[in-house]
Order: sequence, then C-alpha cells, then structure tokens
Amino acid sequence: MALAKRIIPCLDVAAGRVVKGVRFVDLADAGDPVAVARRYDRQGADEIAFLDITASAEERDTMVAVVEKVAREVFIPLTVGGGIRRLQDIRKLLNVGADKVSINTTAIERPDFIREASAYFGNQCIVVALDAKRVVNQANQANTTSPQWQIYTHGGRNATGLDALDWARRMVGCGAGELLVTSMDRDGTREGFDLELIARISAAVSVPVIASGGVGNLQHLADGIRVGGADAVLAASIFHFGEHTVQQAKQFMAAQEIEVSL
Amino acid sequence: MPNIVIVDLGTGNLRSVYNAVQHVCVAMPVSACVCVSDEPAVIAAAGHLILPGQGALGAWMQQLNADSALRAAVLTRLQRDRGPVLGICLGLQALYAHSAENGGTAGLGLLKGVVRHFSERRGDGATANAGGENSLGGVDKIPHMGWNRVRHTRAHPLWRGIADRQRFYFANSYFVDSEQRSEVVGECEYGGAFTAAAAQDNLFATQFHPEKSQRAGLQLLQNFVHWNGGL
Repeated sequence: MALAKRIIPCLDVAAGRVVKGVRFVDLADAGDPVAVARRYDRQGADEIAFLDITASAEERDTMVAVVEKVAREVFIPLTVGGGIRRLQDIRKLLNVGADKVSINTTAIERPDFIREASAYFGNQCIVVALDAKRVVNQANQANTTSPQWQIYTHGGRNATGLDALDWARRMVGCGAGELLVTSMDRDGTREGFDLELIARISAAVSVPVIASGGVGNLQHLADGIRVGGADAVLAASIFHFGEHTVQQAKQFMAAQEIEVSL
Repeated sequence: MPNIVIVDLGTGNLRSVYNAVQHVCVAMPVSACVCVSDEPAVIAAAGHLILPGQGALGAWMQQLNADSALRAAVLTRLQRDRGPVLGICLGLQALYAHSAENGGTAGLGLLKGVVRHFSERRGDGATANAGGENSLGGVDKIPHMGWNRVRHTRAHPLWRGIADRQRFYFANSYFVDSEQRSEVVGECEYGGAFTAAAAQDNLFATQFHPEKSQRAGLQLLQNFVHWNGGL
C-alpha cells in the first residue's frame, strides 16, 4: 500500500490552442485543449500539465480561460506553466481551478519569487521547472565519469552558469514543493530520459521529482521511475500521437511492479 | 432546495470545489443552490456546509479569527445538531487543537489529536527507490503528493459506493495524528498510518481532495450532498 507513481500527459498551448500536433484520429478538434484534457482524464491520467508557449503577455489570459474551461469538467489535478512572473499570475490560475503552477525563468531571474509564492500559496502548488543540459568540453564531449549539468533558459538556448544539482537544492530551500526536471539534451529525441540527471536530482532533494524530456516508448516511462527514482513521469508525443494510452502505460508499469493508480 | 455553502477563507482554490459540487448537483432530482461565501448570515443558513482550505493552516486560522462574526457563524454551524459539514484538507486539520505548522498553530479543538509534519517520519536512508518509501518505512519525499489508498476504518454514509482502499488525490506536508480511534473513518499509509478522513456526528472531513479525485471524489461529494448528517 503506497503512494502511486504518477503519469502526466503534457500539452503545449499557444493562444488557447494545443500545438505540436495532437493526432487522435477520432477526435474532431485535436487543437481544443478541453477536448484533449477530457480524453486524457478518461484514459486515467493522474494529472495534466499545460505549458503556455504563447509569446505575448496579452495572450496570457487565454490560458486562464482554457484552465477555467478544463476545470469545469475534468476533476484531476491541473498544473500550468509558462510566463508566470507575478504572484497575481499565480492567483489568477489557482482561482480558476489550476492546482499547481510551474515556474522556470522567473525563478532564475528572481529566486526570491519562489520563496514569496510558496509562503503565500503553500509549497504544494509551487513547481519549479528546471531545463538542464550536460556540460561538454571544447571537443563537445560530456564528462562520463563525473557528469555535470547546467541550467538553461529559453528552450535550451541561454546558459545560466548554474549547476543543476545546486540549483535544485536551492529551489527546494526556497520552498519549491516539486521539481519538474527536463533534459534539454533529450527533449524531442525520443531516446528516453537522461536517467543519470533524474537520479542525481531525485537523490539530492526531499521533494517529489517529475522526470521530463525524451520519452519515446513505455519502457522509458518505467525507467524514469525504476532507474531515475522519479516520483512522476511527464510525456507528450507518445500520448498525443495515439501510440499509447495512459492506461496502457500504467498497465505496462504495473507489470514491472511499479505502484500505479489503475 | 438544497443549499450548499462553501466557506471562503481567502486561501486556496475554491473554484475546484465549487465546480465539482456543481457537477454532482446537476445530476440531482431537485435543483441545488451552491455558493461560495464569507458572510456569517449565509454560512449560518447553509443546509450543507463545506470547509475547504489549501496552503498554510496559520493563514487560514488567522482569516477565521480575524472576523469574530464569521468565526462564530462557522463554530455554531459545526455544532452537532446544525446539519452536515464537510472539511477538506485544512478543513480537516483545523478541527484539531494544535498543529505544528507555522511554528505552532492553534486550531478549533473539536476532534482529538494533533497535526504533525511528515519530516517526523523521515527515513534515514533518503535515497531514490521504486517504492517511494524506504525499507524502514520512513518517507523521503515531502509533500505527500499524488494518489494514495484510503482504508475504511469504519462504515460511514459518505463511503457509500466507494471501495475500501480506493485511491484519492493528496497534496499534504502535514498530517493528522488522531488520538480518538472512533473519530477515524479512513486511514492512509505514508511512512506509517495517518488519518485520511475523520468523522463525528454531522462532521466529515478529509485530508485528500475529493474535488480532484476523479470519479471516487465525485461519488464522495454526491454522498455528502445527499447526507442528512446522521449515520
């Protein structure tokens, strides 16, 4: 009898529409976040994550409207990230039915924002998202015996100079209630999580860790838990393209003796 | 017409509770009125009262204590003969006399027990493993976040249609350590047992979030709106 490991489908949303092609053949409007969320809810998703990749601040309110609509009919936890800069942004999302917010760039620019947000709303709703990339030498080779990872912003374009493990510990110290760890080396590759990264961070912090970046098959999800020691796994394309349902992923994991909510 | 009032103490996500209660009320034969309020008169007149709360208990209690009319209305409504009350998360923890949160917070003292932090159950081998709990039974991740099983420790009308050991959604760093066995209706396991649901007379309160616990949570809310506060 134990806490279940979570499977979290993630939707990228821009100006209120799901982007990066959800391709359910039988879904009339695969661009509608409400329809897609409803689908994942029925498949048994433990949580749903929305990442707002809208560029302009004016369009941010469309995300609030999306969450409001989803929360009216989907009764599982909803996590929303992207462009959160002020306490007011968090309040707006929580007030319409989001359960957690995930914060990335603002945490780097202003670590105290995490402290304030956590003190104000409780650490159970503050997720800090980390985009980490392996440090390579001038010959573009990673150190395999004692690897290091650096924190990046802007989808892996801007290096911050922050060591990923130090940063993870620091964010937990500021009151992050959960860490969403994405490998920028693996994101979009379908080669599986950077399990070493996930394992190091999981072992270094006392809060739950969500593994992200690189899932291409169901074994990758299971490895994130069994090898990486993650508490939850996040994936997009393997669910969006209808290759696998969340339910199939859970059955696959249960067969490897991973505690899941079936 | 059933009149369901969700108490607004300025913390946490009341809309989700509202949405879920509204969802179960739509299926009821008679139309129900669901509202969110911090007005003492509205709370006093509630048929069914819901006491939700997220975040820090200290802030929640402060909000309640700051308005003496509101506090009086809530306390009156919690009395045995005043109709059904459902506490959610902080709405459970607040029913006890003392919480370790915020350097020690005084609660309402209606039920017997204390509210502790999970760090008291921290295992000494805090390493990653597939089970989420180490072999010594200590917890290595706080908050306790996600779907966990709730064991029915006694029968209750609000468990109707809900299987024993059904999973519900939790997000808590503090837990209730009950001192009165008869008040516990549901237990959960995280580095040892803790109180997942407590009940006494017209009160039923959960540590988990029924409004975020999919079908099982909606079933519990439906049972609540049909409950007359008795056994």
